[in-house]
Amino acid sequence: MKQLLTIRREWLLLVIIAVIALGVGTRAPVFLTWRNGMDIANDSAILAILVMGQMLVLLTRGIDLSVASNLALTGMACALIGKAFPGMNIVVLIAIALAIGALLGSINGWLITGFNLPPIVVTLGTMSAYRGAIFVASKGAWISDQDIHEGIKGLPRAEWLGLPALVWFALLVLVLATVFLKYRRAGREIYALGGNPHAATYVGIAVPARLRLVYTLSGMLAGLAGLLWVGRYSIAYTELASGYELTVIAACVIGGVSIGGGVGTVLGATFGVLFIGVINAALPVIQVSPFWQQAISGAVILISVTVNARSERRAGRQILERQGVTG
Amino acid sequence: MKAWNIWERVLLALLVLLLIVFGLTQPGFMSVDTLADSTFNFSEKGLLALAIALLIVCGEIDLSIAATLALCSLAMGYAMKAGAGPWAIVAAALLTGGVAGAVNGVLVTRYKLPSIVVTIGTLSLYRGLALVALGDQSISGYPEVFSVLGNSYVGEVIGVRWLVVPIEFVTLCGFALVVGLVLHRTVVGRRIYAIGANPVAARFSGIEADRYRFGLFVFAGLMAAVAAIFLTGRIGSTRPNIAMGWELDAITMVILGGVAIEGGRGSIVGTVLSVLLLGLFTFGMGMANVTGIVMSMVIGMLLIVSMVLPRLLKSGRAPA
Repeated sequence: MKQLLTIRREWLLLVIIAVIALGVGTRAPVFLTWRNGMDIANDSAILAILVMGQMLVLLTRGIDLSVASNLALTGMACALIGKAFPGMNIVVLIAIALAIGALLGSINGWLITGFNLPPIVVTLGTMSAYRGAIFVASKGAWISDQDIHEGIKGLPRAEWLGLPALVWFALLVLVLATVFLKYRRAGREIYALGGNPHAATYVGIAVPARLRLVYTLSGMLAGLAGLLWVGRYSIAYTELASGYELTVIAACVIGGVSIGGGVGTVLGATFGVLFIGVINAALPVIQVSPFWQQAISGAVILISVTVNARSERRAGRQILERQGVTG
Repeated sequence: MKAWNIWERVLLALLVLLLIVFGLTQPGFMSVDTLADSTFNFSEKGLLALAIALLIVCGEIDLSIAATLALCSLAMGYAMKAGAGPWAIVAAALLTGGVAGAVNGVLVTRYKLPSIVVTIGTLSLYRGLALVALGDQSISGYPEVFSVLGNSYVGEVIGVRWLVVPIEFVTLCGFALVVGLVLHRTVVGRRIYAIGANPVAARFSGIEADRYRFGLFVFAGLMAAVAAIFLTGRIGSTRPNIAMGWELDAITMVILGGVAIEGGRGSIVGTVLSVLLLGLFTFGMGMANVTGIVMSMVIGMLLIVSMVLPRLLKSGRAPA
């Protein structure tokens, strides 16, 4: 029954997205062209990659506020490395981005499990720490277009089999996330421990190991997103993607991922990303100030959680479960 | 639940240490004028921190508080444009803050939603509305009295020249005293702790938990309005990105002040000491020509260290 409800909710979101797209399309037919669809997909790809990482964390009742800082720090590191070694292969750079991101994420996981600290506070701290580290690494300088490694710049502009490379990256991440959460033991355990951490410990799930895994994966995906972001916008600076963590969390919440843990699907979260992408693309087309985007996301978050709460009444939770849950 | 515990002593020691170190290394730091001027940089954030401290002790959080501040500042701008006098402008700010807080409160208490999700939503909504209303414009030309409120010293206003304490800072101290007394010396305060420590038990003990939660959210909105009045007065204009990201600064102040994010523990004394510590630290580093972003890095690490250390010292046990 619960399964049915969540499925219905996701398709409802898709219907809403379709209605918005069609509504805008009737006023501006250009909105419903393949080209525009690809633009939306391209713009949403990086967000989708970040959302998959954030969803894993949210499923465990955690939160990762450091993703945007991680993205910017890894992006800056890759830009600096690319500037120093212009001959470096892009595959090596991608591996470096994944490694740096994973390292930064694992620091979160290590602090949270090693000292039994609340994720929201740890990632609040690393959010500032990583952001400052960018300034230290770059000495405050911008790395602009001419200094960005050709491979990094070329990647988001490449097209494989008619689809932009960014979309392929996002699809790959989506597929991997689906397989991981649906068919892998570790993935199922993440749902279990988010649903009930105490029970998860009793049935023998290695909770600290799983938590370290999700924060490392979230970091790794943020690292990949950092490389792609720097390539797409051809610039790296300290304030890159500042505040983007809230957009990432917003996409998750709109997509039906519960902050309370244990509830959320790859499909739903993808629709959440798509929703934000469609709204962003639609506003300029119907000549509404793009400044509305943030207010609309906010309103949609509130509406979707309120609707969720109505269909599934449960007692209010504290911001975070009390200590001992993760131990 | 004591207002004066180990952590407060540690903070006080750190504060003294900080004054000594900056006093010795930065010529001019230890003068009365410099210290008085330094308070301009953290008084408004301190006001937000007081409200956040109460909410976190109660087991809730408000991420929308800085966005509420922006909305209040916007309301002041519109009130001024409509030809309102200073009192009406203040009333507009307070009304907007109160309503914004009440919206959070209703969503949390009436619909039983987790406050972190609600306030992420209202953060986007409030900040978004400010952006929609102003775009890339700003509103300026506020009455002189607001500039005085934000930039002047108590001594100037009452005619005692040696009293170089900014009005903002006096206001912060006043609110800190009231909030501290309420939390630590009244039944209301005890109940806030009780709700934060165990909401279910608190409800069974006959505490109207939801009424307290709602009240605290409205209070947070009102404090955001007060901070908006001072900040708008101090910088003399309303911009849509006013106080951007301050919610995280205020939460950092509160957590570093020893308030447990799980609720039920912490004190206003610790919060105030932490506001002073972070404020003076930022100011002193600024005098030493350290960039703001590096300071926020240090503060971020400080936040983590301040949580890791007590746990290391107590070999894994939670701090008292």
